[in-house]
Amino acid sequence: MLERGEVANSWRRERWDSLRLLTPNWQSRLPGVRYEGPDPDGYMTSGEVVELIDRFAARTRARILTGTNVTSIGRVDDGYHVTTSRGEIRSRAVVLASGACNLPTVPGFVHTVPPNVEQLTPFDYRDPAQLPDGGVLVVGASATGVQLAAEVRRSGRPVTLSVGEHVRLPRTYRGRDVLWWMDASGVWDQGLDEIDDLTRARRLPSPQLVGTPERATLNLGALAAIGVELVGRWSAVREGRALFSGGLHNVCALADLKQERLLDVFDEWARTEGLDADLDAPERYAPTQVPRSPRLQLDLRSSEFRTIIWATGFRPDYRWLDVPVVDAKGQLRHDGGVVVESPGLYALGLPVLRRRKSTFICGIEDDAREVIDHLRGFLAGDPRVCIRPSTAWP
Amino acid sequence: MTTIDNGVNVQALLDARGVLESAPEAAQFTWRASSKWQNGVHSTTSIQNYFGLGEEQSHKTERVFDADHPETFAAPDGGITPIEYLLVGLASCLTAGVASVAQNRGIQLRSVESTVEGHHDVRGILGADSDVRNGFNDVKVTFAIDADASKQDIEALVAQSQKRSAVFDALANPTEVTVEVA
Repeated sequence: MLERGEVANSWRRERWDSLRLLTPNWQSRLPGVRYEGPDPDGYMTSGEVVELIDRFAARTRARILTGTNVTSIGRVDDGYHVTTSRGEIRSRAVVLASGACNLPTVPGFVHTVPPNVEQLTPFDYRDPAQLPDGGVLVVGASATGVQLAAEVRRSGRPVTLSVGEHVRLPRTYRGRDVLWWMDASGVWDQGLDEIDDLTRARRLPSPQLVGTPERATLNLGALAAIGVELVGRWSAVREGRALFSGGLHNVCALADLKQERLLDVFDEWARTEGLDADLDAPERYAPTQVPRSPRLQLDLRSSEFRTIIWATGFRPDYRWLDVPVVDAKGQLRHDGGVVVESPGLYALGLPVLRRRKSTFICGIEDDAREVIDHLRGFLAGDPRVCIRPSTAWP
Repeated sequence: MTTIDNGVNVQALLDARGVLESAPEAAQFTWRASSKWQNGVHSTTSIQNYFGLGEEQSHKTERVFDADHPETFAAPDGGITPIEYLLVGLASCLTAGVASVAQNRGIQLRSVESTVEGHHDVRGILGADSDVRNGFNDVKVTFAIDADASKQDIEALVAQSQKRSAVFDALANPTEVTVEVA
């Protein structure tokens, strides 16, 4: 295993201070390693995640070369030539496990933002104290955006949140963590052939969730209640003014409808499984209260906003991958983690790699087992591995 | 299973999507209109040709649209006002979207009606108050849909139709507009 820094490097260096996992402790498990503390329903801090992964690293006894940065991977006749900061490696097979969140994504118009406004990405952000006094515009309403909007607002700064398409979820439903429902009801186990629009599923923003001791729901309504102003998706900058979409109402309606549909799936599953007696009564939540006239533009040259935080997503970094298997949008072309175009090349830990839970800590085990089965077959010269994997696999 | 038919050839649209995913240049369309001043605030705008799928295309016939202003604006009312054409565009685009999405989701429609209201403070265009914008303050669309589907499914149809609407996007989001003298 090649690791550019230390084990759990991104958890040590690329997370803001208050971040906690979205999954409850009991769910944060890796093969042979699970949470053993007093608070199974709580959520790990970054430091606790580092400990968990450290424990797993020790347990697996895998050979890990830390401080070894891969600078290129190229194809050679019998496999791959890997160049690292500490030397060269030849390998018949390579598993890319570098993740989907290496670089923050920002819109193309960031360079037109007036220079009086400071711009940060979640990689730059640590805590509200580092921000200048004054208004903060948070862009994006996924888990990152809603968490940062709430934290910055609680520091006393005025916060405006620009909201595009998003995923609304209650933190708990019928007395259980919503991620218990995702897991237990089988939604998380849905595989590639059960998902209608795979491209969409893989691009889905992370759900509006936060891990807090209170197990509080953090949706747009909760943000509005603490005084966060909601505006539509940021469309453009014109003459120093930020222009927002007038479509806020519809993105909220879409998220409300999808939340309701998911709760219907949960309720139906609980009823079929005969679990209704063990659970609180089903519940439906009020639609998101969209401000009657959200602002459509903001003057960035006025002193209202001093900071913009771009919570507009992340993308993988494959600049070191000299194998032509990355599409025009910068995503790896693979079939369930098997890079069909380049035999011996595999991926793990990408969104919906083989099932919905692929990017959650407890989701890697099933994916890894199946991908490594394929890899083992490849190394043994198994003819099955020439067939499209997700259809031909048992 | 009964076949549902809203009269939308969804398969052709899905096929087109598949083809255009790998041929984005063919997806570049240019819509055109030619307008001519008649008299007063009355103009006629005709539409026939457009560009798409890599070549010049043509509607079956040329269609001509009159635009004028009503008597409340001291005009002879020889046609609807230009801003009302935006309502025509929005209503017809969303309605087409509802029909297409319903077809794709296997929902039989019986009737789809909508009303569109654009709230407009005309002090802007009259120059009576420079703080008032020229365009709509806001636009409200109300659908009444009779279909073989739950209320939730119908709401989802309307939401998805907005999500994929060209005119909704053109009205709700800024667009670079350039006007030149030839």
